[in-house]
Amino acid sequence: MDGITTIGDMTLFTWRMLTWLFTRPPCRGTVLINFYQVGALSLPVVALTGTFIGMVLAVQSYSQFHAIGLDSRLGAVINSTLVKELGPVLAATMLAGRVGGSMAAVLGTMRVTEQIDALTAMGADPIHYLVVPRFLACILLIPSLTIMADFMGIVGGYFYSVIILGIDHAAYLNHSRDGVTGFDLFSGIFKSIFFGSTIAIVSCYRGFNCEAGAEGVGKAATTAFVYSFVLILAVDLFLTIVMNSIYYTIYPNGTSFL
Amino acid sequence: MSESSGPVDDGEIFDLEKNQSADFVAEQQSLDEQPLIEARNIAVVFDDQAVLLDINLKITRGQTVAIIGESGCGKTVFMKTLVGLVNPTRGEIYFDGEGLHHMGYGELTRVRRRFGFVFQNAALFDSMSVFENIAFPLRQSEVVSEPVVEERVLQHLAEVGLPRNVASKRPAELSGGMRKRVGLARALILKPEVVVYDEPTTGLDPIMSDVINELILDTRRRYPVTSVVVTHDMHTARKVADRVLMFYPRPRLNDHESQILFDGPPSDLEHAEDRRVRQFVRGEAGERLNELSQGLSV
Repeated sequence: MDGITTIGDMTLFTWRMLTWLFTRPPCRGTVLINFYQVGALSLPVVALTGTFIGMVLAVQSYSQFHAIGLDSRLGAVINSTLVKELGPVLAATMLAGRVGGSMAAVLGTMRVTEQIDALTAMGADPIHYLVVPRFLACILLIPSLTIMADFMGIVGGYFYSVIILGIDHAAYLNHSRDGVTGFDLFSGIFKSIFFGSTIAIVSCYRGFNCEAGAEGVGKAATTAFVYSFVLILAVDLFLTIVMNSIYYTIYPNGTSFL
Repeated sequence: MSESSGPVDDGEIFDLEKNQSADFVAEQQSLDEQPLIEARNIAVVFDDQAVLLDINLKITRGQTVAIIGESGCGKTVFMKTLVGLVNPTRGEIYFDGEGLHHMGYGELTRVRRRFGFVFQNAALFDSMSVFENIAFPLRQSEVVSEPVVEERVLQHLAEVGLPRNVASKRPAELSGGMRKRVGLARALILKPEVVVYDEPTTGLDPIMSDVINELILDTRRRYPVTSVVVTHDMHTARKVADRVLMFYPRPRLNDHESQILFDGPPSDLEHAEDRRVRQFVRGEAGERLNELSQGLSV
């Protein structure tokens, strides 16, 4: 029963946020601050984790591919995995941890210290003032973070495979290009927009409905990350199935449309 | 008026003016008597627990009303209900004759801007400087040029006795008393008709408490405001209010008892008929000690 109430409440919360988004855009100042916090400050950590994931993929796959003499095909597997799944999910996970948890904690603290009540009392709508800019920052900047995670993962994979493991440079790049289609890149970026919106809505909702005290704020931050992460994986599965179905309906032979 | 109704002699003009003047006085009297804020049968219930039940109250223009009562009696909830921050489970709030429950979002926002709200811990926005905090309501509600914003912010900062250099500081850098004063400056910048103070002196030393009390009185002298002060500081209630209401926790009352145990001038508090009011005013635990030892405390 509580679960149904929460889903209903969250739907209303999202509806109110979307209504504000399309009827009265937020002021530039609040949007730019959130863009900086969500985008610019997340870039280094997303780039770093992307690089390591690319290298880890190379380390894990190399022994199997080497055993069957397909070392040069490593790039196709690494890049395809990164662009389709790991890049978007990794960027979203980092965003959920770094930004989502912080959003829930900040908004939760504002709730506990009556700052959200103060906004309402002064005639400002807290959802318009606090949630809309965060939502915009998440959905507009997560594609860039995904591209950064993809790119750095590809660089990391190339570095470990070619420089450390000594796989032939030209063969690695050729197979890499063959293994990744434009649709793979598009689907990863497209999915990331849904991940970004999930993170923003779940985190802001948890912050707005924070329980009293330091424990309440901590709980809001933790549950924001956990719920966001679970929902990201669920949305990923759903969107992957839908997009694959659409793709194979349009291109039954599996050829690239780009 | 004489032009439209044709030529009249001096005696008629005099009578007309006299009648108009009498009408105006009657209208003013009726306006003065009409409550600015009225609560009708207010009930607020959280998770099956009634915090407020059947509260009926009228506050007239220009009054300073102190709401006192022990912790958990519903003072703050009632105050938040007045400005629509908490929706009553039952009953209606009327402001200047208009029911808040009939209002749409825009109308409610316009009404809220006629209130100034001083929160218990000031509720200043951590991410903004003191200047931005005080300017916030102004920037939200009016199209005002930046020089005017600056002038009004600095004027209000001076009115609450804070130096100009405080404007650039963050709320975290301020003492409790300074935060309260910044909260008061922020509440007053839109020149509200009603100022609501939630525990204005809680957590402050006696000197700073008196500074805040003086500021409340000074605000009343400076602006024609109606004030609602929620407090359990009897010194504040006696000093600033011309009417005191005492709320009592609903679970500790019998069904037929009103939740408002006292409604009168501060001078009558000491001689209140209800023993619980006198105990509260004198700060005596009374039978509460027995209840606590028996685990009956609410």
